[in-house]
Amino acid sequence: MLGYIFKRLVYIIIAMYLIISATFFLMQLAPGSPFASERELPAAIEEQLNAKYGLDNPWYVQYKDYLVSTMTFDFGESMKYKGRSTNDIIAESFPISVALGLQAMILAIGLGVLLGIISALYHNKLPDYVSTVIAILGISVPSFILAGLLQYYLSFKAGWFPVSGWKGFTYTILPSLAIALGHAGSIAKLTRSSMLEQSNSDYVKLARAKGLGKWTTVFKHTLRNALLPVVTYLGPLLAGVITGSFVIEQIFAIPGLGRHFVTSITNRDYTVIMGTTVFFAIILLFAVLIVDILYSVIDPRIKLKGAKK
Amino acid sequence: MAQNDPNLEKISPDMFKVVGGRFNETEQLSQKQVSFWKEVFYRFSQNKLALIGLVILFIIMGMAIVVPFVSQYSYDQNVGLYNTAPSAAHWFGTDDLARDMFVRVWEGARISLFIGLTAAAIDLVIGVLWGCIAGLSGGRVDNIMMRIADVLTAVPYLLVVIILLVVMEQGLIPLIIALSITGWVGMARIVRSEVLSIKNQEYVLASRTLGANKWHLIKRHLIPNAMGAIIVTMTLTIPSAIFTESFLSYLGLGVQAPMASWGTMASEGFKALTSAPWRLIFPAVFISLTIFAFNAVGDGLRDALDPKLRK
Repeated sequence: MLGYIFKRLVYIIIAMYLIISATFFLMQLAPGSPFASERELPAAIEEQLNAKYGLDNPWYVQYKDYLVSTMTFDFGESMKYKGRSTNDIIAESFPISVALGLQAMILAIGLGVLLGIISALYHNKLPDYVSTVIAILGISVPSFILAGLLQYYLSFKAGWFPVSGWKGFTYTILPSLAIALGHAGSIAKLTRSSMLEQSNSDYVKLARAKGLGKWTTVFKHTLRNALLPVVTYLGPLLAGVITGSFVIEQIFAIPGLGRHFVTSITNRDYTVIMGTTVFFAIILLFAVLIVDILYSVIDPRIKLKGAKK
Repeated sequence: MAQNDPNLEKISPDMFKVVGGRFNETEQLSQKQVSFWKEVFYRFSQNKLALIGLVILFIIMGMAIVVPFVSQYSYDQNVGLYNTAPSAAHWFGTDDLARDMFVRVWEGARISLFIGLTAAAIDLVIGVLWGCIAGLSGGRVDNIMMRIADVLTAVPYLLVVIILLVVMEQGLIPLIIALSITGWVGMARIVRSEVLSIKNQEYVLASRTLGANKWHLIKRHLIPNAMGAIIVTMTLTIPSAIFTESFLSYLGLGVQAPMASWGTMASEGFKALTSAPWRLIFPAVFISLTIFAFNAVGDGLRDALDPKLRK
């Protein structure tokens, strides 16, 4: 187990180094400068700006500075919004994204597992078809289209929810639903097939034979084992929720990190792009590692590679 | 109880005798042998959802090929009607630049499908070669190649794609490169694990003993036998590429005007949702239908190819 975690940590470090270097060199090659705007700056001012951000150094000095500052989590000041450091932006907007993401994840898991159970319990009957159709719709419709439709019909036309912003619980419902529905579909599919597999096993038959109700059997016996494949989906789910937030936060005007990331891309705000990319990468890499470790803790049958016998 | 059965006493061994048989034919198989692919095809054709998916795919591909040729409008032509609702003349309405949406949707289908198919094809070529070489070589080569793959999997996909697109000039080819830059890793892993299980089979050993070289083994034995897994992975890569492309288009990183994929059309239609909802609805419906159809076909193929499900 420890050996496995160590190996994974080494991969994470290599991957991080690759990402950090790649963002750096790609940004070096990128066309356009953060100081380029409609009004042309006097040469002296531009020079001074370049000096301030170290853009006048040769690339290897910039690279070294960049590596050092990344190591210390100092991503520097935004090139577009003076006086705002990338760390401030992350500290300010990340909690919002976490709240949205967690809510979306809970919603996706709850809805997905529920749909999966219904499908499996009423196998090849009407409820099965209904929840399968919902799952397929969730998987097939891109999240931004779903978000748009939800926003238009439920907020704009029906007025049930606020259209956009981030001021309270009612504001969070539609965005998290838009992120969650696609993943709920995948989870429902997984739950359904593993529930069906489990329901043929002896212990479930025994539970039924000794007179337990349908739902009691599901919650006390079947679901425990049937949920294992769903745990493997947690890694992709987390990654999906984070990247899904890029678009959803834009649509619903939520001041989260995803939105800042997208805005910084359109602004060519290099320091913010690099900072948020590295930050996202760290979160994603460790989240996936934690999910993998969790999986082996939950299911004793799984022996991670490199683990001691 | 049975011993007291009066009928039992009447039955004695000499009542049984051989009435003749076709002993010389017992060597033959009782049933006509069906080839593997025929069986797969049969099982696939029993899967309704997969068949529906296949039909939808054929219709969408057919329309994408035919419509732009036969239509009286072209995809960037101004027909003089701005933002009109669907009508007999313009089946899907027109957009804010007075372009016929019907042609644009099918022109967009070409681009979206092209992106999906090319990305999948690149994944296929790199992934199959990588997986075959790693699996066949084994030892240190395998170790190094798979560690590279491990690191690439650890890199978050969408972040890389976005960063690459920010830097490269936007267009169709950068988009495809970005989509497949880490996308092939999944294919490589699957092919490698297939190769590992195939390479120790007797027929591969026989072929080796006869002096076959690596390329011959890959061509004649490994790829044909890993074909099932490869096809399934490919059919499932296409929808995810189309999905990602539409997502990127929404961020403004997709195909550039006047060309338009379904993703760009949907994101343009998005801005006009209140005044011209058809501009979002048509591309959205076709993106969703296509993703559904590819997924259904892919799942159907996987079930059909899975020997565990064979009856």
